[in-house]
Amino acid sequence: MGKTPAAVIGVGQTHHRAKREDVSMAGLCREAMDRALEDAGMTLDEIDAIVVGKAPDLFEGVMMPELYLAEALGAVGKPLLRVHTAGSVGGSTAIVAASLVQSGVHRKVLTVAFEKQSESNAMWALSVPVPFVMPVHAGAGGYFAPHVRSYIRRSGAPSHIGAIVAAKDRTNALKNPYAHLHNEGTTVESVLASQMLWDPIRYDETCPSSDGACALVIAADDVAAASLNPAWIHGTVMRSEPTTAAERDQVNPQAGRDAAAALWKQAGITSPIDEIDAAEIYVPFSWFEPMWLENLGFAAEGEGWRLTEAGETAMTGRLPVNCSGGVLSSNPIGASGMLRFGEAALQVRGAAGEHQVDGARKALGHAYGGGSQFFAMWVVGADRPTN
Amino acid sequence: MSRTLSAPVTVSFDYTRSVGPVLGRFLTGLRDGQFVGARLSDGRVVVPPPEFDPVTHRATADFVDVAETGTVTSWTWVSEPVAGQPFDRPFAFALVTLDGTDAPLLHAVDVASPDEISTGLKVRARWATERTGAITDVVFVPDTGTAAAAAPVAGEGEVTGIVTPVSLDYTYAASPEESAFFRGLAEGRLVAQRCPQCRKVYVPPRPACPVDGVPTVEEIELSDTGTVTTFCIVNVPFLGQKITPPYVSAYILLDGADIALQHLILDIPVEEIRMGLRVKAVWKPREEWGTTIENISHFAPTGDADADYDTYKHHL
Repeated sequence: MGKTPAAVIGVGQTHHRAKREDVSMAGLCREAMDRALEDAGMTLDEIDAIVVGKAPDLFEGVMMPELYLAEALGAVGKPLLRVHTAGSVGGSTAIVAASLVQSGVHRKVLTVAFEKQSESNAMWALSVPVPFVMPVHAGAGGYFAPHVRSYIRRSGAPSHIGAIVAAKDRTNALKNPYAHLHNEGTTVESVLASQMLWDPIRYDETCPSSDGACALVIAADDVAAASLNPAWIHGTVMRSEPTTAAERDQVNPQAGRDAAAALWKQAGITSPIDEIDAAEIYVPFSWFEPMWLENLGFAAEGEGWRLTEAGETAMTGRLPVNCSGGVLSSNPIGASGMLRFGEAALQVRGAAGEHQVDGARKALGHAYGGGSQFFAMWVVGADRPTN
Repeated sequence: MSRTLSAPVTVSFDYTRSVGPVLGRFLTGLRDGQFVGARLSDGRVVVPPPEFDPVTHRATADFVDVAETGTVTSWTWVSEPVAGQPFDRPFAFALVTLDGTDAPLLHAVDVASPDEISTGLKVRARWATERTGAITDVVFVPDTGTAAAAAPVAGEGEVTGIVTPVSLDYTYAASPEESAFFRGLAEGRLVAQRCPQCRKVYVPPRPACPVDGVPTVEEIELSDTGTVTTFCIVNVPFLGQKITPPYVSAYILLDGADIALQHLILDIPVEEIRMGLRVKAVWKPREEWGTTIENISHFAPTGDADADYDTYKHHL
């Protein structure tokens, strides 16, 4: 099963904000797309296919927005695909786009993912009551908080680990002009002092609600080789599992572990922590950094928090995680996964600006969604893959 | 008796739609009693203006005022209008090509019967007296040759957004297995099912074991005591919330079950709730029971010693 090498040659994103009342959904997408195309030195006319992703339609109340967006996205006369895998959609959308190139079907694919959270209320949209069952649901935070508590119990992590992550990501975001939150002076102490929303998750340990979009141009071998600094795709993996099942591991889901193992194998990586120079991991609530460090195989089970505590996930650490500020600093849900994938590409292209990790050669982009049941991840590298 | 229980659900929200500069220009025109179209790169004039030129992909910038008279190029009769449509009486939806434009606009024509509309009919805008900058600010009527000027509207500035109320009514149906569970609750019983392959006990029961994919036919009844495996304290209020915060949303592993159930914990100070806490269902008065898990008001501590971590750690 041979894959043709493919690379990201253009990355574009909006300046993520709580409300972008000056643009429509189409305008928001085009901002990111036009930047990605400019970065790739390409026009929309040269693109073979468009792949669009966003989270549940209830977030904007437009059923199948790809239908109305087709013309604005330049998809007239071209294949247009829409992908949906809840919060991981930005990642799986990029993977679908990549697969269209790797399979040899298309040579130049543009992919865009977006969310305009200000048009609605995600907390409401995620908590629509279901008849006959107990109405104890309270949005994504309410869903994930018990599993964070389980992680803390299982790993014995000190209670301030989440605050370390939040302070780090918010500080990293100060170096990213596109980040939604630019909260100067966020410290472990200030995070710990913020309001407890869904105990054990505090306000400052929670992602914001953002309007934003991200777009990538993915090109075939010959096109990419002619590009100045392609981010070569070394591996892509998606895995899913049921939301609930008896004795399902909600802290360290099997689908995530399997996806990571397959990804490292595909990318020819034997020691992820030694070989990955920068990681963009989907961390919407601070504690998911240590949880996913373990799930991804960067640390042994129960040991992920030690990397965080030792500062190894800071920009100067052994494995810089979320140098962009991550989901904790910008969360246009549908785009959040693609931002992780795009930021990983920026790192290996040496194009991450002030939040660049010096000499990054291989980077991870990661996204998860639903009740930790959809996983999408890729490894990109500065060098053309040899496998 | 039907195999399945069902209940009505209404999901509604007033979406705040940012329209962007191009559609904003069109909607501002409607508010001011003027159709605004765009001249595209291929020379065509189109109403409403597309946000981006279909040929050059550039943002639309060449706006033109367009006549309020036009021709019906196709139509359909709406004999039974539904809520949210332009009229509460029968009317026509039509494609109207405004004079001087090259593409039709979909809109409503106010005529009493299908005999009064035909392809080729000349129509004219009838502006609403109160206009807000929405497509509903105008309808079409047969053109009798006399123009009724749009009443002035005191709107200022550009229209940048509209509110779009969306309401979805549907019937939620529980699966036959869940229905049996909810009907059991109406008798004060907790009905579970065991997977014949993995032997795991599911509560509520499901049409199939999610691991083995086989029907879980063996029915068993569980007691109403269990162990809190994990939980969160909800302090945050939100739209549509049914329980006033703060409240504890807990996963409760009923004795004999292999999957935890989400419910509420009360009758204990919030700060004393812990993993491993032994709890028992507190039922509402029998006369308030229905086919719902809400027959159990909440779970409360039994007073017994906490469950050992090893007994529930594989349920986290």
